[in-house]
Amino acid sequence: MTAVAAPGTARRHASRSWQLAGTGTLLRLAVRRDRVMLPVWVVALGLTVMSTASAFRTLYDTASGRAGLARSTNASGSLRALYGPVLDDAPGGLVAWRMVALGGVFAAVMSVVVVVRHTREEEESGRQELLSSAVVGRRAPLTAALLTALAANVLVALLVAAGLAGLGLPGGGALALGLAIGGAGLCFAGVAAVAAQLTESARAAKGIAGAVLGAAFVLRAAGDAARGGASSPLVWVSPVGWGEEVRAFAGNRWWVLLLPCAAAAVTAAAAYALAGRRDLGAGLLADRPGAAAASRRLAGAYGLAWRLQRGSLLGWALAFAVAGGVFGAITDGATELVGDNDGTREIFARMGGHQGITEAFLSSIAGVLGMVAALYAVGSVLRLRAEETGGRAEPVLAGAVSRLRWAAGHLAFAFLGTAAVLAAGGLGMGLGYGLAAGDVGGQLPRVLGAVLAQAPAAWVPAGLAVLVFGAVPQVSAGAWAAAGVCLAIGWLGPVLKLPGWVMGLSPFGHLPKLPGAVASAVPFVWLTALAAALTCAGLVALRRRDLG
Amino acid sequence: MTKAISVSGLRKVFGRTRALDGLDLAVEAGEVHGFLGPNGAGKSTTIRILLGLLRPDGGAAQVLGRDPWRDAVELHRRVAYVPGDVTLWRNLSGGEVIDLFLRLRGGGDRARRAGLLERFELDPTKKGRAYSKGNRQKVALVAAFASDGDLLVLDEPTSGLDPLMEEVFQQCVAEERERGRTVLLSSHVLSEVEALCDRVSIVRRGVTVETGSLAELRHLTRTSVTAELSGAPDGLTQLPGVHDVTVRPLHEGRAQQVRLQVDPGGLDAVLHRLAACGVLGLTSTPPTLEELFLRHYQGEVPAGAAGTVAR
Repeated sequence: MTAVAAPGTARRHASRSWQLAGTGTLLRLAVRRDRVMLPVWVVALGLTVMSTASAFRTLYDTASGRAGLARSTNASGSLRALYGPVLDDAPGGLVAWRMVALGGVFAAVMSVVVVVRHTREEEESGRQELLSSAVVGRRAPLTAALLTALAANVLVALLVAAGLAGLGLPGGGALALGLAIGGAGLCFAGVAAVAAQLTESARAAKGIAGAVLGAAFVLRAAGDAARGGASSPLVWVSPVGWGEEVRAFAGNRWWVLLLPCAAAAVTAAAAYALAGRRDLGAGLLADRPGAAAASRRLAGAYGLAWRLQRGSLLGWALAFAVAGGVFGAITDGATELVGDNDGTREIFARMGGHQGITEAFLSSIAGVLGMVAALYAVGSVLRLRAEETGGRAEPVLAGAVSRLRWAAGHLAFAFLGTAAVLAAGGLGMGLGYGLAAGDVGGQLPRVLGAVLAQAPAAWVPAGLAVLVFGAVPQVSAGAWAAAGVCLAIGWLGPVLKLPGWVMGLSPFGHLPKLPGAVASAVPFVWLTALAAALTCAGLVALRRRDLG
Repeated sequence: MTKAISVSGLRKVFGRTRALDGLDLAVEAGEVHGFLGPNGAGKSTTIRILLGLLRPDGGAAQVLGRDPWRDAVELHRRVAYVPGDVTLWRNLSGGEVIDLFLRLRGGGDRARRAGLLERFELDPTKKGRAYSKGNRQKVALVAAFASDGDLLVLDEPTSGLDPLMEEVFQQCVAEERERGRTVLLSSHVLSEVEALCDRVSIVRRGVTVETGSLAELRHLTRTSVTAELSGAPDGLTQLPGVHDVTVRPLHEGRAQQVRLQVDPGGLDAVLHRLAACGVLGLTSTPPTLEELFLRHYQGEVPAGAAGTVAR
């Protein structure tokens, strides 16, 4: 009996160690493929944190100035919702206040991109099949992806810690902030690992992980808006809120860092379990059979673009409606706490406008929605590039379809779709705020108009993306940077008192602060014309270049 | 006869590599034209120029009498294309893709579409991701054969098809020819080329090295001769056009076996010479298609041809 049992055990044992075979090689492959992207991401995040720290040092160089900023922020539910509470008014505390949520989101997006890129994208492209036919264990690809994300987040944590300590901030707090940011990244590496098991499409996997991230951010915002003295349970539920609860530079609660680590471990374990239950390349949901013939609407380039992009348009519109609704609903209750506070008013005046604090808050949320909508717009444009490199544009263009018509189908989503997404956000926000203020009829049109007014600014990065795609398609992904710069300027500018010409680099800096301010048509016309000019230049270049 | 495709001196440069270096191609209307050459010879680049996807750097190209770059859209109503590597949208079923392509081209025939689905044994309800390579290829083939164009451009269309489907494919191409349509067929399957093509063009490193009917090409190629001689095979190597002469003694030196290759036109002289040596036995083999192509694929690089690139 033992003679029979022993080889069996050995085989089981061997098969378990075989599951990880090849991980080292795959890890080196991942590092080699990401040798540009990952360092850029890590260094950009580290530099943002460091430049924020040095800006705060010069802007708020007196204890009373810092205390005033902290008081006014903590007194305003709206500011807490956007940025979180100031937990300590020393320079380090302000850096943590400003960067912990934003840095965490940034690290989370990085992790989602890395993990999906090395798991589901490889499977979807068919490359994983080739790799897995070699001596590569079943768990090796996921392990290599998670290790890559872990390494990147550890680097982020160390760079933030070393950079802040180098600027003279307390070392303990610097390390706590670095780990809080890296922890959020690690947690979402796990989330992405699960998402990558669920669907066959890398795009959908990123969408699922992104939706979880968005929900976590909204939960934290709602929790911070609602908090009195103690923190709200909503913040504790949100992985984005955990970084705040670490209280870097404000007591350094190290044990809270166990939460993202535990979440990463649990999600990673779930991902391994799910991966073990499915076939290579398959999702958990089996494909249903499709139609044997195309419906009348699937005709021509426009019908195809609609079919390809409608799902993502619907998802974005839904997300915007929900997020707008939450922010609208917290606006009213939040603003009554403020009273007459000059510090808050000043921040909001720079951020939002010159009217009441409520208007200013609504206006700054509208701005945030606009900047996030710019990401949707750029993504819709770059769908063209994905179709081209995926070899799916070639047979379409070998039909009686001009390049302009092919592009126009997708660009309709980048421009009209962005307006639709903003309208959904505006409707949600108008309803949320109108219901809370008891004046839906009066508030809904104002708020909807204010959010829709962001569209021309969001079109400018999209126009830039068309130009890049048309003229230098190899660097199409660089168009994301344009949307990212807009987001960073809009987010950091008001608090860092960035000079006007820097704020002016972002198209959003040119919009009137709606609702509240007097709207002149001039900036809208200029921004729309600029977006149109960029788009036309891109299309002209597209008509002249080689395809494929 | 009118030309369906006429290309002369076509040039295309990608960075430092010259993909096409003065390529010529003439396809008569109504013929099935084989387009052959080793990997990276420039076949797909040529096809993409003919489809208006790439812009040539030099030379002239006309498809159905029009400029493929400038008149791309008008032209594509009359052209159906099957790429060598078919990628489909993962969330569209095969039937939807076929209909989409028929609508993107000049339209198609419902009855022919149904018949082709049956002949190729293709399930049109599967989604793009679920198809194997061969089945993705079939989706593109059904869409091409069911459309109402004048010209079919097929870029290695049978890679991934099983032998039964290969047979169906050959029948379909034959039917297309009977319907009077022109087919440009890029292929590595020599039996397919031999069975289907009226004429072939062979390209290497971006230039056309040979063009003509298969019979004409055979005439350009060496014949192998094996002879059993009673006397000594003297003076054979001095004859013009004779290559690779090997001599082996037979029957303990009482006879000699000679093997040689002879260029077209040199056979007469060789036979006279051999007859003078006393022929005991003789076999003469025309070149197989494989030999013919291998010689063209491996032969000396024509002057002026430079680097190639796989596109």
